[in-house]
Amino acid sequence: MRSTVDALLRKELRLELRNREAIPAMLLFSVTTFVVFHFGLQRDSVDGALAAGVLWVTMLFAAMLGANRLFVAETEGGALDGLLLAPIDRTAIYVAKALAFGGFLVAVQLVAVPAFYLLLLGPGGGDAVLGLIAVLALADIGIAVAATLVAGLATQTRSRELLVSLLGLPLLLPVIIGAARATAPLFAAGGAESIPAKWLLVLGLYDLVFGLLAFAVFDFLLED
Amino acid sequence: MYGKGLRPLSLITCVALTGAFALAFFYAPMDADQGISQKIFYVHVPMAIVALGGFVAGGLYSIAHLRTGDRGYDLKSYVAIHLSQILAVGTLITGSIWARASWGHWWVWDEPTLVSFLIVFLLYCCYQPLRFSIEDPERQARYASVFAITAGAFVPLNFLAVRLAQSYTHPRVLGTTDGLPAKMALAFYIAVVAMALLYVTLWKYEMASKHARNRLRSIRRGLGEDIGLTRSASPQ
Amino acid sequence: MIIASNTLPGDSGYVAAAYLVFLAIVLGYVAIMAIRAARLERDVVEIAELVEGRAHE
Repeated sequence: MRSTVDALLRKELRLELRNREAIPAMLLFSVTTFVVFHFGLQRDSVDGALAAGVLWVTMLFAAMLGANRLFVAETEGGALDGLLLAPIDRTAIYVAKALAFGGFLVAVQLVAVPAFYLLLLGPGGGDAVLGLIAVLALADIGIAVAATLVAGLATQTRSRELLVSLLGLPLLLPVIIGAARATAPLFAAGGAESIPAKWLLVLGLYDLVFGLLAFAVFDFLLED
Repeated sequence: MYGKGLRPLSLITCVALTGAFALAFFYAPMDADQGISQKIFYVHVPMAIVALGGFVAGGLYSIAHLRTGDRGYDLKSYVAIHLSQILAVGTLITGSIWARASWGHWWVWDEPTLVSFLIVFLLYCCYQPLRFSIEDPERQARYASVFAITAGAFVPLNFLAVRLAQSYTHPRVLGTTDGLPAKMALAFYIAVVAMALLYVTLWKYEMASKHARNRLRSIRRGLGEDIGLTRSASPQ
Repeated sequence: MIIASNTLPGDSGYVAAAYLVFLAIVLGYVAIMAIRAARLERDVVEIAELVEGRAHE
């Protein structure tokens, strides 16, 4: 299992390095969305709950954009048949995909979050980097786990792109609630306040439940 | 045979539902704060509870489907979810009317149950689009089951997250049923049971109809005449 | 709601509306099932004719 996941993960990363399909698109989308928010909200800088909302809505939509491309190589290139013929655990395919997608999210955020600080975040919001990293990590796990499952669900349908967003947005709402509530005090105008622990707990619970769930049901999406 | 016992069940449902609403109007006392508009509680909350129960039941049938590979469970899950969707529409509309009657707004964001219900409803709205955009019936059943299980697990998690996110500002009857006066509680519990009976009746009704249609289709296939049977967009 | 407030006291219009929504949903469901039942009957008649036609041959 371990070595299979390793090999599959290496395949995913190599594909991304070669094609550069997901990460640049997600990144460009994120930065453009910040600009859109600047004009849409008519604000030069945001703080508190508004800042958290802008950041997380952007991250969520960027993740949906990336999730659309997650199984493209498998469906369009017919690589899924090859994978299924190989004597490997099907769950390993899911684990590798989710890990790779989590990696994409982190890569995007490495640039997008600093860009958010530069472009939109008001003064006094930049103090609590460690807290933000904790929230980002927990939320990324949740997004990766759920978005990979949704991408797997939608991949065999006629209207793939539509369904990924339609399914993914409501399914990821608990993550958005938790992440936005947890980040809002970090971006408070008067300097960062501490994160209420219950929101980290909600995020952790979501990660756990959906991780186990996806682990249990993903097999059935590939049984052909 | 899903039609079995449908007649007594329908009769009991009629009696229970009429009785529940009669109790709600003529037996349960008038609410001190909300007055007459609190009576919406007796139709809105049972509908919500039964709809959510139906969603979870759909998920359980889907687990059975994936475990056994028996497509009959998928049909059961489909009908359960589809009925719950109908009740969910009713819940949202009556909830909106109730919000208007007691708080003066058609929609209130700090009513956690209503908000979570909207999210769950939006998620389940994807069930049919997902299901019917897959051609192969076997794969369709499998994917629909995976969705039903995921969404079924999402229901409690979502309620937890939304409930935590709300500040309790409005006085409410909801969620504090233990604080209800005994007469109100009695009417409420009977209304929940009656609504559940209605759900089961309609479920059996639709299952009987679908079962009959599928049997008919296979008889016609047996007769060697595969053409012309009216097709409808529902699983077999 | 304007009409209801003219004919019913206070908020009872809203209560009536809520119960009417419930009624409408149940009746709408029954109507759809009735259409399905009619379709089912038509199919049964068709098949019965088919079987009778074969019996005569």
